[in-house]
Parts: sequence; C-alpha cells; structure tokens
Amino acid sequence: MTTAATSTPKMKAAAGGHVRFYGIWLIGIAALLVLPMIFSSGGSLTSFSLIGIAIIFALSYNILLGQTGLLSFGHAVHYGLGGFAACHMMNAVVSHGWPIPLPFIPLFGGLGGLVFAIIIGWVMTKRAGTVFAMISLGIGELVASSSLILRSVFGGEAGITTDRTALPKMLGWSFGPQIQVYYLIAFWLVLSAIAMYALTRTPLGRICNAVRDNPERVQFIGYDPHVVRYLAFCFAGFFAGIAGGLAAINFEIANSAYLGAIQSGLVLFSSFIGGVAYFFGPILGAILVTYLQLGLTNVTGVWQLYFGIIFIGIVMFAPGGIAGLLMMHRPLVRAGTLWTVIPSYLVAIVPTVALACGVILTIETVARYSSGDPINLFGIAFNPTSPVTWIAAAVLVVGGSFVARLTWRRIAEAWDRAATVARDRGYLA
Amino acid sequence: MLELIVISTLNGVLFGMLLFLLSSGLTVIFSMMGVLNFAHASFYMLGAFFGFQLTKWIGFWPALVLAPLLVGAIGMAVERYGLRNTHKHGHVAELLLTFGLAFVIEEIVSMIWGKSPLDYRVPALLDFPAFTIFSTNYPAYKLFMLAVSITIFVALLVVLKRTRVGLIVQAALTHPHMVGHLGHNVGRVFMAVFGVGCALAGLAGVIAGPALVTQSDMAASLGPILFVVIVFGGLGSLPGAFIASLVIGLVQTFAVALDGSLASAFGPLDPSAGPSVLTDIWNVTIAQVAPIVPYMLLVLVLIVRPMGLMGTRES
Repeated sequence: MTTAATSTPKMKAAAGGHVRFYGIWLIGIAALLVLPMIFSSGGSLTSFSLIGIAIIFALSYNILLGQTGLLSFGHAVHYGLGGFAACHMMNAVVSHGWPIPLPFIPLFGGLGGLVFAIIIGWVMTKRAGTVFAMISLGIGELVASSSLILRSVFGGEAGITTDRTALPKMLGWSFGPQIQVYYLIAFWLVLSAIAMYALTRTPLGRICNAVRDNPERVQFIGYDPHVVRYLAFCFAGFFAGIAGGLAAINFEIANSAYLGAIQSGLVLFSSFIGGVAYFFGPILGAILVTYLQLGLTNVTGVWQLYFGIIFIGIVMFAPGGIAGLLMMHRPLVRAGTLWTVIPSYLVAIVPTVALACGVILTIETVARYSSGDPINLFGIAFNPTSPVTWIAAAVLVVGGSFVARLTWRRIAEAWDRAATVARDRGYLA
Repeated sequence: MLELIVISTLNGVLFGMLLFLLSSGLTVIFSMMGVLNFAHASFYMLGAFFGFQLTKWIGFWPALVLAPLLVGAIGMAVERYGLRNTHKHGHVAELLLTFGLAFVIEEIVSMIWGKSPLDYRVPALLDFPAFTIFSTNYPAYKLFMLAVSITIFVALLVVLKRTRVGLIVQAALTHPHMVGHLGHNVGRVFMAVFGVGCALAGLAGVIAGPALVTQSDMAASLGPILFVVIVFGGLGSLPGAFIASLVIGLVQTFAVALDGSLASAFGPLDPSAGPSVLTDIWNVTIAQVAPIVPYMLLVLVLIVRPMGLMGTRES
C-alpha cells in the first residue's frame, strides 16, 4: 500500500519531466525552423549558418573536455580534415557523376574526422591530463604544417575549392541560396545534437564520465580507461568532421586555416565559456562566441583580446561557464528565494558596467593611440590621444572596481542567505 | 660539408641552450606545482619586447638585467593573483588560465608594438665577427648568447645542487606536501620559482630577440616546440629537458641547413604519373620539413616510449 502511495507522485513527476525534456528539444527545433523567417536578411542567415556549425563543433569538443575530461588543444584537426574530406568528396561526386546529393556530404566529412581519430587516437589517448593536452597541441601543429607540404591533397595555402550546386539535386533543392544551406546545417545540427545527447546517456557515455572523475576506480571495475578515452576521441573526431564538412559546404572551400591553432582555440573558448558541465553549455558558448566574433570584428580591431579577457574571467571566477552560472540559480528558483538575490544584482550592475567601460576604454585607448581614431562608446566619442579620455578611463577602472567589489560582496551575502533558505527547504544539498 | 656541420652544430647547440633556458623553468614549475605554464613562451616574447623597448630607452646592458626582472615580476603576479586562486578548481583550470593568458599577452603585445617584426639590433659592442671558419663569419653576438645560456645553466645547476634553496626546490619537486609539512612556506616557494622561471624565459627573450625575429607571433611559433621538448624529455625531468632541448635544437638546425630531398637522392619520379601525395613527399626538401620535425619526433617517442626519454611519472 505504502509503496503504491509513494510511487504515484514519482511517476507524475517523471511524466512531467518527459514533457519538459521533449518540450525543450521541440522548442529548439521550432526555433531553428522559424528563425530565418523572422530574420531573413542575407547577413543574419550567414550568421545563423556559422553559429549552427560552431554549435556542432563545440558539442563534439565537449565529448572530450566535458564528458571524458580530455583537454585538447588540437580539436580543429578533425574539423579541418572533415572539411577537406567533404570538399574532395564533392569534387569526386561531380567528376564521376555519382548519384550522391549534397545533404549526405557532411557524413563523409565526419568519416574524414573519424578515420584520422582512429589512426592517431590510440597513441594520443594513452595518457590523459596535461600530457594529452600537450600531445594534442603537437599533433595539431604537425597536421597544420603538413597540410602546407602535401599540396596535392590540401591545395597549399590557397586550399581546395568546390561547387556545392554542381551536385545532384535532392527534392528540387539546388543548395545555391544561403537559406537552403541554412536548413541543411540546421538539419545536421538537430541530428548531431540528438546523437551526441543520446551518446551521453549510453553506458559508454556514463563510463566516460567515470573515466573523467576517477580512472583508477574504472580500472577496478574492469574497464580500460585507455579504450574508453579512445572511443570518446573517435566519436568527438566524427562529429567535428561533420561540422567541418558543413563548413566546407557553406564556404565552398577548405584550407589550412580550418586545421589551425586558432580554430582549436576558438572551440575551446566556446565550450568553456558556455560551460562544459552541462550538455547545453557549449551550445550557449558557441552562440555567444560566434556572435561576438562576427559582431566585434566590425567594432574593434582587438576583439581577440576581449575574448581572452572574458575567457580568463570565466576560468577564474566562474569555472562552470555560463551554463554553470545559470544552473546555480535553479535551486533558488525552486525554493522561491531567487527574489531575495535580485536586488543585490541590480545594485551591482551599475558599478560593474562602469568597470567594464573603463577596461574597454583603456584597451581601446592603447590600441588606437597611434592611429588617433575616435573611440565610440555608447554613442559618446572619446579621443584616444586626449588626457581627458585617460582620466575618464582611470576613474572608471579604479572607482568601478572599488564600488563593484563592495556590491559583489553584497551579492555573496544575499546569495548565502537565499541558499540557506533553499537548503532548509530541501532544494539544495 | 664540414663547414655546414661545424656551423650547424654551433647554431644547433645555441638554439638548444636557448630552448633549455625556457624548458628548465617550465619543467621546474610543472614538477612543483603540477601546472604546465602554457604562457611560458609568452614570457619569452615579453622578454624580447621589453628588451627592445628598454634598449631603446636606456641601452642594451641595463635592459639585459631589467627586462628579465620585469618579466619575473609579472610572472610572480600571475602566480599570486591568478594561479593561486584557480588552484582549487584543478589543474585543467590552471592550464586553461595560462592558455588564456598566452592569448591575451599575444594580443596586448601586437596591440602595443604592432604585428610586424621589430628592428631589435645587436648591441654595437658585440656587432663584429668573432671568428671565421671556412669563409663563414661567425657573429660574436651568437657566442655571447651561448656564453649567457651556459652561465645560466651552470648557475642553475649550482643553485639546485649546492644551496639550501636548491635543496628545498628539489624536495618540492618530488614531495611538495612533505616540504609543506616541514614548515616551509610552499606558497612563497611556488611564487618565487614561478617568478624565476618566467625571468629565465624573459632573459632568453632578451638575448634571442636581436638574433632571431622579434615579432608578436614568436610565442605562438616557439610554444608548441617547447612543449614537444618537455614531453620528449619526459615531463618533470630536468636532465631529460636538457637532452631533449639539445636534440631538438640540433635536429631542427641541421634540417633547416640541409637542402636534399628524396628526388635529389634517388632521382625524379616518372612525371607521367601526375601530382599525388607521393610526388609531394618525393620533392619536398628537408629544409621545408624542418618545422614539423619536432612533432614527428614527438609522435615517435610517444609510440616507442610514452613517458618520454627520462620521464618516470605517468601523468
């Protein structure tokens, strides 16, 4: 009797969980379908396509970093090789007249990434941690430099070009217009995201987490961490290859920049800024980083510096990334104590924004000192050579950081109070 | 041929000693703190740029002393305010912090000094050929570089093996917790070691700047080779780092100097076969392959001896 009584509400909760779980995925798919109808300009379509590719790439990276605990500095190798494989495949399809339409091409990109992962992965994943990080960096450099030597395959510095419209049509789509390419990317995004999410729920995905947390205990229960790392590495290589193949379709070119250290660094930034502990973290990170990358390049010449600073800030103060910060609030929302924290957030916004403005003003002053281009900050023009700007920057940085620290302390206090209440109500461990 | 061997050996040893100036600091920092300082090559770059700027203002010789001190101070600040706070989040977070730092340093340097190579000249006092072997003038500055790196090497050896400070550092290499239990301020030792390691990298930058190219991408091009050196030598092993530095220095210098290819050794391939991967490999000269030689060595070592030449640690 008692078991039946306790199990009924549990089942209700489970059913509600299912609705919410599938609801999130359906909302995501619906958003992908509707977005290009709302923002239909060519620029935004290009941005959406790039973001879609970046999301697949970042999710594939998170199979390594977030789920298996392997920090790779050379993940772009699989992305780039996938891109080259896709390009070669497209050219081969055209020249041999094979009946393979464009939507299947990313699969060959994935195979390109996978094959390389299978070949090199066994040696690379022998050891985890720092050694793996260094080796991945070395392999990344090796492949990137080799691509310039093996001209017949990689086309040297110019790369390899292709024509996506020359492939056989499917359902009457030529994939000439960007909107059709967008939907192709969106299709592969949904497919890959579902596959990668499903991977995290399989026994392999679970044992990957175990290898990340404690490889020694994994050995005790009879698994070889090396094999587990190798399998995770191969899956990550496959999905990175799909992203690379989509990039090759989108740009109709593959070159050595795809394989390089910058690409590897960007995917690391995206995943980590988004948050590696949650599946949706890298998605947030890829959206933000790609959006910033596209947006900031027009505004400032030193946009990479801002990336670096944001990254360092996240590493130091919020190692869970944006997803971690968001999920921190979940128990408070459930316990209904979030409203006690919000006022301290609102108070902190002003000095924090002032501090950020001061830092931006300082950086831009240094960057534009020699050229003398005016700095436009929220519609106010500053002259980088005038002492007024320097004083303003110094006041903003010093004053902002002083006041901001006080308000951050208030946030911490309010947070502690709210967390205590949440803990009392049983929503926080 | 003999000329090439002598000159390349000299240059190779010189490059190897420079690599060791960097890899020794990196190795000691890694062994003690478990942190692989990704930004180590960036401190080398900072050394070169500070050296350039200070040389312009106050001359080369004061710069030779001041620039490494400045770089060391920055390194200490990074350890004190960055790494120490990140330590609680684990080694991956620390590695990522230094990765971000390398990125930021490169951006700041190219923001201030621009992206093109600087005109960092050899000081007038050393701007003469030291000796002539077989028609090649060997510059005195290179001998000076060699002398400085060997002096630092010997000094490091003496400090590590013969002094009390060296004893603590050596103990902290293998048993950091025990050193802490014995009442040494491990935090301060870490900060000092990190600072000294960065200062050594800075010194390498100051003396290498005029001889090699001083440019904002010098850290990005040297950094990966540095990591190859310490993985090759065995993580955490100073003798290993020394041997690996010399090996990589010599191999790379010889590779750059050699102009042969498979085509020149065995004759050209049948041209009717058309371009393929084989023709690429057949025609590429050893000099063109030079940049990837260290990484090929890395892969080789990983297959044959995964822990590196002298390594004992598993991770």
